Amino acid sequence: MTYSGVLTVLLLVYLVILTGTGIVVSRLKQRGSSAGFVTDYFLGGRSLPGFVLAMTLVATYTSGSSFLGGPGMAYNQGFGWVLLAMIQLPAMYVTLGVLGKRFNIVGRKIGAVTVVDFLRERYEGNAFLTITSAFFIVVFLVAAIAAQFLGGARIIESLTGLNYVWCLVVFSIVVMVYLVLGGFTAVALNDSINGTLMSIGTIALFVATVKAGGGIGAIISNLKSVNPDLLTPYGVKNFISVPWVSSFWVLVCIGTLGLPQTAVRAMAYKDSKAMHTAIVIGTVVIGLLMLGMHTIGAFARAIVPDVKVTDMVIPTLAMKVLHPIGAALVLTAPLAAIISTVDSQLVYVAGTIVKDIYLNYMNPNADEKRIEKLSRAMNAAIVLLVLALSIKPPSTIVWINLFAFGGLEAAFFWPLLMGLYSKRANAAGMIAAQLSGVASFIWFTSKLPRPMGLHPIVPTMVISGVVGLLVSYLTPPPKLETIKKFWGV
Amino acid sequence: MKENFKEDPRFEQCNKETWVMVILLVLNILWWYGFAYGLGSKSPSEYGFILGLPGWFFWSCVMGWVVFSFAAYYAVKIYFKDIPLDDGGQSQAGQGVKK
Repeated sequence: MTYSGVLTVLLLVYLVILTGTGIVVSRLKQRGSSAGFVTDYFLGGRSLPGFVLAMTLVATYTSGSSFLGGPGMAYNQGFGWVLLAMIQLPAMYVTLGVLGKRFNIVGRKIGAVTVVDFLRERYEGNAFLTITSAFFIVVFLVAAIAAQFLGGARIIESLTGLNYVWCLVVFSIVVMVYLVLGGFTAVALNDSINGTLMSIGTIALFVATVKAGGGIGAIISNLKSVNPDLLTPYGVKNFISVPWVSSFWVLVCIGTLGLPQTAVRAMAYKDSKAMHTAIVIGTVVIGLLMLGMHTIGAFARAIVPDVKVTDMVIPTLAMKVLHPIGAALVLTAPLAAIISTVDSQLVYVAGTIVKDIYLNYMNPNADEKRIEKLSRAMNAAIVLLVLALSIKPPSTIVWINLFAFGGLEAAFFWPLLMGLYSKRANAAGMIAAQLSGVASFIWFTSKLPRPMGLHPIVPTMVISGVVGLLVSYLTPPPKLETIKKFWGV
Repeated sequence: MKENFKEDPRFEQCNKETWVMVILLVLNILWWYGFAYGLGSKSPSEYGFILGLPGWFFWSCVMGWVVFSFAAYYAVKIYFKDIPLDDGGQSQAGQGVKK
């Protein structure tokens, strides 16, 4: 069998397993649960155990770029780019630890299923804030999902030779089936499968790479003779400057606790023990993936020296150092990374539309059957929308995606954090924080991409936070009953 | 603001845990920065090597991963408590805090 034949068969097996999870979950769910359909379908009934919580957090957070673009940059820039990637090590303990059990407790108290639910209750049902929040989630996430779909289909195309559009269609159908049938629970379980697959792929490829390069010492001296800059923390010709790389502490570590699709997982765990376990497993696994894949990317320069396209570094290396079946297995890892990020975002967008817009403003008294139908239909509709967008991506989508990650952080970081920890933060302040945050991020990114050597996210967070506090203190404090609801017994 | 209400007793423990994680993050940043730029600012010809890797990289990245994985484990084991999260939990929160 040819190489691409092996890969195609493995991919099919993998996709069948993912689909199977959706079917199994929907069978189990028919027995019914006490939490109610919306909580079950969009938040897994608040019952995630530790391992699944850790894996779904890691897998949601780890996108295709950690397996393709990132290692490709390490290939070009050397160990400095691995240093940059390691900033993500604390992301799991920061997200779970700073939002903390407090977020989970409050979520149960007020029955929140989405991040917008939390914001709406905390900021006293402010309709403007609810609608802008839902708007930013839908627009930024849809653009981000379409961009990932595009990347995923391109990889399958280049590896298997299958037609790009067909790849997209197969990809979408699989995700749609398990999303529609199993909702959040299926997503979380498939994320665990994907996270495990990514970990195994990373370890296997690392071992094979070191072996093929004749040991670490030989690889390093080879890299040194190519360009000594590859061994420094500064990248080639000082590409990775200290202020710029330090900004990534805000962008890819601390700021990520504001990403709604990540934060919502901090409401989904079952009990304290699950959270404790997830902090430890999540940190070990994210470290393994980030350190492993990026170091492999840096080492690859010594083994496959002439790769021109950064995204092709890992596929080229895998085919060179592994047996075809091994390479095919390893190369499902980037696909797993993409699928596990996209599914979480999709189910989150559907949840936002159903819970935050439909149930709040259009039909608060909808009965369970109707909500169920709508939720499943909404998941399907969003997958189809994204499919349509990625078959022929409009330039607006590409443009919006540039701001998606930082834009979501700018929109939600302070409203979420201040809502949890400040009794003084109010609706007016957080509307100001959100709008000024998103506006500054877009402005800096397009007009002044390295202000004082920093990444745009740093001034954005400062502006958003200061504006949020100022406006909060200049306007009346929240009502005592709101404070009681969130802080009281 | 006058707070004439009783605050959820579980939040005291929650705040403690949050601070522990913030301190862990600060230490992590210092470790990352200190070893990377402390050992890595020399010319590559003067680097020390450990297990074949540049010294700064070994300490900042490889050991950073190992050390902070263990640190997260011990931080959770020592400072985190098994508190009830459910809505009905407050009533038992007093005696519910067990280790």
